[in-house]
Amino acid sequence: MKSNLCRRRLLVRQAGMRLRRKKILLSGNEAIAQGAIDAGCRFYAGYPITPQNELIGYMAKNMVSSGGVFIQSESELAAINMVFGASASGVRAMTSSSSPGISLMQEGISYLAGARLPAVIINIMRAGPGLGNIWPAQSDYFQATKSGGHGDYHCIVLAPSSVQDAYDLTFEAFVLADKYRIPVIILGDAILGQMMEPLSVHSKKLRTRNYEPGTTKKWAATGCKGRKPNVVKSFYLNLGELEKFNLKLQRKYNIIKQKEQRYEALNTTDARVILVAYGTMARLAKQAMVSLREKGVRVGLIRPINLWPFPVDIFKRITNHACLPARQESRITFLVIEMSYGQMLEDVKLTVNGRARVEFLGRSGGGIPSEGQIIRKTVKLLNG
Amino acid sequence: MKKIFSRTKSLRAVDTHYCPGCGHGVVHRLIAEIIDELNIRGITIGVTPVGCAVVAYDYWDFDCVESAHGRGLAVATAIKRLQPDKIVFTYQGDGDLAAIGTAETIHAANRGENLTVVFINNAVYGMTGGQMAPTTLIGQKTATTPLGRNEKTEGYPLKISELLAQLPAVYSVERTFADSVQGILKTKNAIKTAFKNQMENKGFSLVEVLSACPTYWDMSALESLDWIKSTMSKEFPLGKLK
Repeated sequence: MKSNLCRRRLLVRQAGMRLRRKKILLSGNEAIAQGAIDAGCRFYAGYPITPQNELIGYMAKNMVSSGGVFIQSESELAAINMVFGASASGVRAMTSSSSPGISLMQEGISYLAGARLPAVIINIMRAGPGLGNIWPAQSDYFQATKSGGHGDYHCIVLAPSSVQDAYDLTFEAFVLADKYRIPVIILGDAILGQMMEPLSVHSKKLRTRNYEPGTTKKWAATGCKGRKPNVVKSFYLNLGELEKFNLKLQRKYNIIKQKEQRYEALNTTDARVILVAYGTMARLAKQAMVSLREKGVRVGLIRPINLWPFPVDIFKRITNHACLPARQESRITFLVIEMSYGQMLEDVKLTVNGRARVEFLGRSGGGIPSEGQIIRKTVKLLNG
Repeated sequence: MKKIFSRTKSLRAVDTHYCPGCGHGVVHRLIAEIIDELNIRGITIGVTPVGCAVVAYDYWDFDCVESAHGRGLAVATAIKRLQPDKIVFTYQGDGDLAAIGTAETIHAANRGENLTVVFINNAVYGMTGGQMAPTTLIGQKTATTPLGRNEKTEGYPLKISELLAQLPAVYSVERTFADSVQGILKTKNAIKTAFKNQMENKGFSLVEVLSACPTYWDMSALESLDWIKSTMSKEFPLGKLK
């Protein structure tokens, strides 16, 4: 096993030498950590939990040598509040955990949103509820996209489906967090966290063009020498003040909803069934789509990359087109596939709003809808 | 004419929301005076709690970060680690520091974070209406112990300062009482030393100030001070614990 791994590494290294961009072999968890460091993240606090321990391990090894601070906190509560302090200091900061630990962080995420602090939170989802188990799941979709903590707030939620994606989207998460002063959640699952794939990392030029660690933020608490004091807070006691602030947040969320819809759409123009899946599930769905296309079945795929804001425009484009008289005969069915019991399904239904049929295939608790199940369900839908 | 006394720069010229006889106002001012005297206003970052002192940043005139209830020392840990040349302190009540935030308090102390902690112990929850605090005395009546705190069901007053003093990474712990001119000066000296310790990179320093809450003790301001002297300071003895 070990020698196989070494051989694979060697082969990847040799392959990498032939390419201009350097390729490295990392697990999804490690790629996220490297993506964060490359994006200028200089503070990490976390508490061990499976299946994301490679991430905290990678940070322990590499954060200090990158000029940052690493802290193994006493709990997830402490971790998210350390991230709060780090972000209030104007530093790019991150924490990571898995489902039960992310539940503990919800209060802190709400405070981050309320104090308009940028931060990146990684959730490598495991199955629940309760202690559940450590198998992959996507059952924290509601928690991530509908604001898991108290109050009217949102986090931007990004869902990578490959190790390369994990690196790229984590890098992007820091850019978005700073741009909108908002917490950003990376929603992955145990498969993504554990699997190893070769990836290209950003060049130093791109990294430093994006952000230089040490850049001061004008709202940060850094000591009031030479300026008026800054206060980082989320408390608005006087009647009317909080409503005014909340409206400001809502205006920001509306801008994000318009500008930050990311998705991948494949074979949607002639498709009669469009599979909708995100993260690791989207890779299985893609494989099913390829197999069905080889048999001449008109199947497409939409992979939402942003889960919040949900990429509503692509659905609207397809359903508006499908409503044209010329397309009446070819009714479209969206088949939503999840490692959970109908969470993203609700967003698809709201978006489609009755203009097309929406069906569902999902398993949870460690079970994963297989390629065969997806194929069978699709064929059944086309015949039914 | 030579000016020998003027307004404390680090304290804004506004009225506070504190009740008559409350201890917060005195300690707020002492902290502001110390920051002026040490000439560190421009490099100080205060971490405020949830509790009566949540809006301390409306009274202090320097950078502040508001923390969630009990998480002050987690927030402060990150700020100080990332800005080691700044002076970072937390200001926390008994519920914040010794109930909901016990884990953050003990672990920040155990890591020996180079921070200054001002801990206001008034044996009651003020902001929420006078409920039992971890430091409420046996027999003391509160909104949630209407018959008085019973050690059989509510346990004993938690002496968190004594607990913290046991930790090898903690540099100094002192308990004071700002009742009189002498007590106020002692408290000021203790807090000033705790700030100086941080400036000299000596590590975790905590000052516990026994503080009056006449409103929820159902006493006059003077009676409150007498009660601290006669009763509360017997349970929480004054002096240097480490």
